[in-house]
This record gives sequence, C-alpha cells and structure tokens, in this order.
Amino acid sequence: MTLLVGSFTMGLILSLLALGVLISFRVLSFRDLTVDGSITLGGSVAAILLASGWNPWLATLIAFFAGAIAGTTTGILATRFQINGLLAGILVMTGLYSVNLRVMGKSNLPLMKETTLVTFAQSFASSEAKWSFGRWEVSVQDICVVVMVAGLISSVALLMYAFFRTNLGLAMRATGDNDQMIRALGVEVGWMMTFGLALSNALVALAGALLVQYQGFADVQMGIGMVVWGFASVIIGESLVGSRQIGLLLVGAVMGSILFRLLVAIALRWGLNPNDLKLVTAVFVFAALVLPDAITHLRKRMAST
Amino acid sequence: MLELENIAKTFHAGTPNEVRALRGVSLKIEPGSFVIVIGTNGSGKSTLLNAVAGSFIVDTGRLKLKGHEITRWPEHRRAQFIGRVFQNPFSGTAPSMTIAENLALAAKRGRARGLGWALGSSVKTDLYERVRAMGLGLEDRLDNAIGSLSGGQRQSLTLLMAGLLKPDLLLLDEHTAALDPKSADQVIRLTEEMIRRDKLTTMMVTHSMHQAANLGDRLIMMVQGRVLHDFQGAEKQRLSPEDLLARFEEVRCSEQLDETASEMLSRQYV
Repeated sequence: MTLLVGSFTMGLILSLLALGVLISFRVLSFRDLTVDGSITLGGSVAAILLASGWNPWLATLIAFFAGAIAGTTTGILATRFQINGLLAGILVMTGLYSVNLRVMGKSNLPLMKETTLVTFAQSFASSEAKWSFGRWEVSVQDICVVVMVAGLISSVALLMYAFFRTNLGLAMRATGDNDQMIRALGVEVGWMMTFGLALSNALVALAGALLVQYQGFADVQMGIGMVVWGFASVIIGESLVGSRQIGLLLVGAVMGSILFRLLVAIALRWGLNPNDLKLVTAVFVFAALVLPDAITHLRKRMAST
Repeated sequence: MLELENIAKTFHAGTPNEVRALRGVSLKIEPGSFVIVIGTNGSGKSTLLNAVAGSFIVDTGRLKLKGHEITRWPEHRRAQFIGRVFQNPFSGTAPSMTIAENLALAAKRGRARGLGWALGSSVKTDLYERVRAMGLGLEDRLDNAIGSLSGGQRQSLTLLMAGLLKPDLLLLDEHTAALDPKSADQVIRLTEEMIRRDKLTTMMVTHSMHQAANLGDRLIMMVQGRVLHDFQGAEKQRLSPEDLLARFEEVRCSEQLDETASEMLSRQYV
C-alpha cells in the first residue's frame, strides 16, 4: 500500500513535467530536449536554497523561475539565432549540467533536517497516525503529502486551462498550429515560442523542485531521460482522453503521468530490473509514436486485399 | 493608401537558382480601389503581394502604407493594417482550434493580446452574427475544430477573418485557385460583398480571366517581375476575358521571338 501511495505521489509530482512537455510538444509542436536539464535545475536550485534555510515556498518559486530562464535560453537560440529546435534544446541541456553542478557545488545534495514542502505537509499529522482501509494501513502523513501535491497540481492545471482560453493563450496555441496564419494576424512567432518554452520549462523545474523535496535529495543525474518520460505521459494521456481539446489534454497529461508511474511500479514489483527502465520507456514511446500509423496502414492493406 | 517605389527582389542571388522575381515595380493604389493582379506563372504576381505583406524584405525600393514607411517592417507589424487570404485554404486557419477560437484570433489582428478571455459572451454573440451573415450555416458549429471543414468553408472563414477588423488593405492571393468551381463561386460572392460593404482597398491575384475581367476597378498585368499593363477606369471596365487572353498571347509571342532571335544569333556568332 505504501508503494502504491508512493508511486501515486511520484506520478502526481511528475505530472508537472508532463504538463510542461505538453506545452512544448503538443501546443507549440517543438521537441524541446531542455527538459532533462531544467528538471535538474529546478531540483538543484530548490535543494541549495532549502539547505541554506530558505522558506520552502520561496525556494520552490525561485526554482520555477530558474526553469523559465532555461526555457527562454532555448527559445532565443531557436528563434533569434535560427538554430534547429532539437539542437537548441541539446545545447542548453548540456550547458545546464555544469550549471547544476555549480549551483549545488557537488553532484549530490541530501536534504536531511531541512524544512521542505513535504515536511510542512507532514507536520499536519503525527508520524504514528494511520488510517486503515480493510487490510491496508496508510500513514496519514503520506496522505497529507498527496493532498498538498494534488492541490498544487490542480491549481497549476486550472491556471493553464484558464490561460489557454485568454487572447494570449489562444495566440500561443495558434503559434504551434499554424505559424503562417498567426504571423499574418500580427503575432511575433519567435517571441511567442520563447514565452511558451519559458512557461514549459518553468513547470518542469517546478516538478524538479517538488521531486527533490519528496525524495529528500538532489542529484545532478536526476534529469536523464525525463523528457522521454514526459512524452510517454502525454501520449498515454491522449489515448486516455481520446481528444485534442486543450482541457482534456491537460487532464490527460496528469492522468497519463500517474498511470505511467503506477505501471512502472508494478513492473518493478514483478521483477523488472531498474537498470532496464529507461530502455523500456524509450521502446514504449517508440511504439506509441509508430503503432497508430502502422495499424492504419495495415488496416488499409487488409481492406484492399 | 499604398505606394510602391521601384521595389525589386531576387531570390537565391548568386546561385544557379537565382530568380529575379521583382525587377522594379512602382505602383500607387488609391484608398477604396480594387486592384486585380494577373500574370503568367513566375511573373511575380504572388511575390508582389508577399512583398507588400512583409513575407520578406525587398532588396531595393520603398513601400509606404497609410503614410507609414513600412519597407523594413516585419510581417507581424504590418498585420495591423493588412488582412490576408492565402491560396492554400489550410494556410489561413489553425486546424486544431475551433471556428470561434480562430475568429477570436482574427478579432485581435495586429493588436495587443493580453489575459482577457478570448471568447467572452459579447465577443461570442458578435462572432455568431458575423458567421450567420455569411449564410453558410456554420454559425451553429462554432465549437467544432476548423480542421473538420471543407476547403471552401475554411477559405470562406479565412476571408471573414481577414475582413473582421476592416483592414486598410486586403490581400487575396489566388484565394479560389485550390477550390472546386462551386466553392470558388461562393468565395468570390462573399469577397465581392465584403469589399463593397466595407469599401476595402484590395489587391487580388487571380489566374481566372473571368474573375479578372468581371471584378475590380483596376487591372495590373505582370510579366517577368515588371508591370506590363495597367488598366484603369473605363478602360478596365471594357476588358473582356478574350482581350486578356489576347494580351497573354502577345506576351507569349514576344517571349518566343526573343528566344528564337537569340537562338539564331547564337548559331551565327558563337
């Protein structure tokens, strides 16, 4: 049961990553690889501030803005300097590795006695308190953490939903959908792209900040493969909600992230070697990208014979 | 309204693919006039419209629009004055967004876009009325994705979007060329209605001699990146599709003459 609650919380936290990737990958149609670096950036900025005794809310907020700066950098490289989007992301991601080491001062930073958002949430219940559901017992502290994280993610998702219905948000969606059209309607596409990437990476960094507070340490390697994780969540989410409407896409990304984390937890429980996890994730995303087309193709061939 | 002063543009300059698309075009368009632009393939008629819209910056020459020197303005900045419809019906709308959302985007053409609701109730009623007035029966499908509509319907909506905030200049780039004849007629009817009602200054590129003869109050014929003929007033009104075809034939003959002459000379002297 603890495992289940743990994976659920983890899935919730990483749904911020999925929401960030949703903005770049689906809304802007930009394959942004900055994510691997910016999630670690969010984590390391939050960790170092917490270790120096900052208020956890403030530390988390600053991590958010650090991510926005990373996204802005990628945006400027891709639009002002006309570098291929994938390459721009790789450049910033690579650069961020050193930045993250600089921020933390070492490759791994544990958070032991510091007050974090997680310890803050836990402080609402005593460590012995348990709720039992039939045969299962759940620590009330764990529940408090889930509730806090869920509250945070719902507010972020609601804000995003509202934003995508404003004039500015509509223009951002159109930028990814048809840039020729939106340019003819007076929007500077480069600026809008950069703004969207800033927002996307800010959310990713926020995920990183919550992640280190939840797992109790920041590590310079923690971002490896996270962008693929984000793609997987978004793709699962799309098949869950079966729609490209923006509100449903947001819900889908959150659900996809949680479901994916649960699937991974089950697979690990069944004996999947954790070292193989990234390979399995990559193969999964490959299949999810290729299978729908392959199936339609196959159906057509079946129909024609 | 619009003044072009000897504008020129060469693509891929200095390479084997060099194309001298515009070779010095000067033009002055009065407010409220409806200018038809025709020409053979590669004559620079679409390039002319793109130069005005700002798809690229011209190599030489100057452009003035509504008293502003816009020669070096990027496309998105010129959009505050210009409404555009493209040849490809898919170019003018965002397919995954709804009809209402597309129209709301156009309702802010060239203006600051802030955090106000894009589809407030007053905006929605207004858009509903505008779509209903088109008479295509799309007003009850405002929440459908625009990608689910036919090319003709999308082009009609693009036209509505271009004219939603009366533009100072409307640019139509062969906007019926990719449509079936029935949809093309419908879009032309809507175009005429809108231009007449809002007294829009318009430049329309067309490949149809029929449209060229029947629409507009001025006609420009382009050949090899230059303006060859410029018919205005009564002279324009007298033009028939046959006259226009005859002019094209002349161009073709003279071009052929050039070719045979140069061939003959090269055979004799090279």
